[in-house]
Amino acid sequence: MADTPNGRGKAGHNRPELHFHVPEPKFRPGDAVDFSYIKVSEPGAQARPDEMCDPIETQSLVNDLVRVLGDDNRAHGPWDPKLDPDTLRKMLETMALTRAFDERMYRGQRQGKTSFYMKCTGEEATSVAAAMALANDDMVFPSYRQQGILIARGYPLVEMINQIYSNRGDKLKGRQLPIMYSSRPHSFFTISGNLATQTPQAVGWAMASAMRGDSRIAATWVGEGSTAEGDFHAACLFAAVYNAPVILNVVNNQWAISSFSGFAGGERATFAARGLGYGIASLRVDGNDALAVYAATQWAADRARSNGGPTLIEHFSYRAEGHSTSDDPSQYRSAQERSEWPLGDPIMRLKDHLIAIGEWDEERQEALDLACAEKVKAATKDAEKNGVLGHGMHHPFHTMFEDVFEELPWHLEEQAAQAIRERKIKWPQR
Amino acid sequence: MATTLIDEDGVLGLADAPSRNMNMIEAINDALDIMLSHDPSVVIMGEDVGYFGGVFRATAHLQEKHGKNRVFDTPISECGIIGAAVGMGAYGLRPVPEIQFADYIYPGLDQLISEAARLRYRSAGEFIAPMTVRSPFGGGIFGGQTHSQSPEAIFTHVSGLKTVIPSTPFDAKGLLIASIEDNDPVIFFEPKRIYNGPFSGYYDKPVEPWKNHPDSKVPEGYYAIPLGKARTVREGDALTILTYGTMVHVSAAVAKEKGVDAEIIDLRTLVPLDIDAIEASVEKTGRCLIVHEATRTSGFGAELSALVQERCFYHLEAPVERVTGFDTPYPHSLEWAYFPGPVRIGEAIDKILEA
Repeated sequence: MADTPNGRGKAGHNRPELHFHVPEPKFRPGDAVDFSYIKVSEPGAQARPDEMCDPIETQSLVNDLVRVLGDDNRAHGPWDPKLDPDTLRKMLETMALTRAFDERMYRGQRQGKTSFYMKCTGEEATSVAAAMALANDDMVFPSYRQQGILIARGYPLVEMINQIYSNRGDKLKGRQLPIMYSSRPHSFFTISGNLATQTPQAVGWAMASAMRGDSRIAATWVGEGSTAEGDFHAACLFAAVYNAPVILNVVNNQWAISSFSGFAGGERATFAARGLGYGIASLRVDGNDALAVYAATQWAADRARSNGGPTLIEHFSYRAEGHSTSDDPSQYRSAQERSEWPLGDPIMRLKDHLIAIGEWDEERQEALDLACAEKVKAATKDAEKNGVLGHGMHHPFHTMFEDVFEELPWHLEEQAAQAIRERKIKWPQR
Repeated sequence: MATTLIDEDGVLGLADAPSRNMNMIEAINDALDIMLSHDPSVVIMGEDVGYFGGVFRATAHLQEKHGKNRVFDTPISECGIIGAAVGMGAYGLRPVPEIQFADYIYPGLDQLISEAARLRYRSAGEFIAPMTVRSPFGGGIFGGQTHSQSPEAIFTHVSGLKTVIPSTPFDAKGLLIASIEDNDPVIFFEPKRIYNGPFSGYYDKPVEPWKNHPDSKVPEGYYAIPLGKARTVREGDALTILTYGTMVHVSAAVAKEKGVDAEIIDLRTLVPLDIDAIEASVEKTGRCLIVHEATRTSGFGAELSALVQERCFYHLEAPVERVTGFDTPYPHSLEWAYFPGPVRIGEAIDKILEA
């Protein structure tokens, strides 16, 4: 390539030297954290366009932040969903249960009961509040950090734990990595470990629902880091082209393992702005404000259900813990980030709101936290009766070969026979 | 030919059914039309398949007849096409996406390999991907390296995918109907060199139309040919030729020209493979030639060769031979130097028979 030995173009040219830009996060381990560069919008100050508006009318909202809960713990402005106290308490309880579940499963992994776990600490609102704003038969295509949806839809905790332990009670027959749930009865699509693949699938499901004149809509969740995948762009394109009844949720938790959002293009534009580029109505929402998440989801669901088309929602949040049990975030980011995060914690904020409106108190919160821990503990005990990972209480060997196809072809029958033969040699005592 | 058809009313002999002459495109179009009429969950999508009817005309008039809710154009995004088809399958539809050329399928591979092929397994049967991906493949039409490839071995290597390749109009219709009805994802590769007529391998001879070939007599109405069943094109004792697609016709022409009593097996389905038909034939002849147009290294011929060696070794009187495309991209100007035609096949037959 180089025309001259130093590679700087032809001799005699006076062109400036080019610089290669590699994004770098603001803070690394040990750094003092100052998040003052993040523009935190005033709660209640964002306009709420009509659900059937032209996508361009959401333009001001792709760089703003839809917020409802203020520092005074009160709900403000046109996005206040005005939920009754029972619904608010249900939301708080579901988020608290999700956090308690994460705590116990994380410990279970550390105790060797399973291979892997992923918490959603700090991001509970983006799944729980969103799920509560949808109908229970709306089809969801989640990523791996939306356990809150399953809990909100009443999926039994013991089934979740059976799956995490890959034990003989696991409805997925021990085939999937822990937390890659699936539940068709709960309209919860099987989770993939390949990133963003669920996004065009959700759009395809929504297209099918529209083709059939159904009334159900689809929603999908993807991390901001995974929006870099081509699948996400295909999803946006198909959603726009076919005006599909789908909600594309981008959970911007700032970190994709060790890569900050700049590696998904976050330095140049918001993730909500990508949607607008496709002609999709797009909202940027305080993801730690459960009321804002609920209101935005309700807006998008109403729009989709009325044939208004898709909505992209960026949930601006923070991944308070590591990516997974295999990750140690102290190696790449400042530990201060979590405490300095300007949008607080979603559970604390909703709790404080309920207290401020006289519908909750600290004693009840303490009792709730205890009850959640007890509930998870009981479910864990039940699940452990079916075994934990690596203790032999798995599904029969032959199930390894089933469901590759609807029927077993000859080559899999032969291989199944071999596996069963090997078993007698490897584990003669069983 | 002793083929039996599975008809709605039971079993029907080929000779009994009312039929008409069709080329392969017409047979495929007929299969799609029938399935759109039979099953409201069948939808067809792809680049240019709607109003225009497809660049090869395989979907001609289907949108007009069945409406835009059933047959529609898509963006130029194979990832999006396959991804959306996975979602439609999860909804309960039976999508039949067209990928305009097999060479274009690669942007959709993650959705095929990691998603469509694995849904049933990873969800323990809760979700399936009952889609049939149709795609023209193979060379011989001066398509250059991006319109001539034969990537079938990529798909046979993936657990959870079925791979089907017809070689006649009769088979194209019956196999396509069976593929669409199948509850697993099927890659349906259509040898585009023989869309309009069987091909002997002599590029400089006039193209022969399908209407002179017995297998262009296609029964009207619905029939399915079960997947996983090979077809004996010609019975013989001298050697077995295992092949599929365009190369069925080239192999048959070469054997005829050389006066060799070859038994020619058209595999029709690569996965699941009709291993019984292969074993029975090789055990009878003791000699085996494998012919495909795809590149050689790690091609499906390698799998066939290994299986024959493992299962028929003591019946073999000569080493198993492979005739394939070369391990280069498909060249434009040197297409007929690349194509595994009569000279390459003839030499291999001689070598096997002399051994």
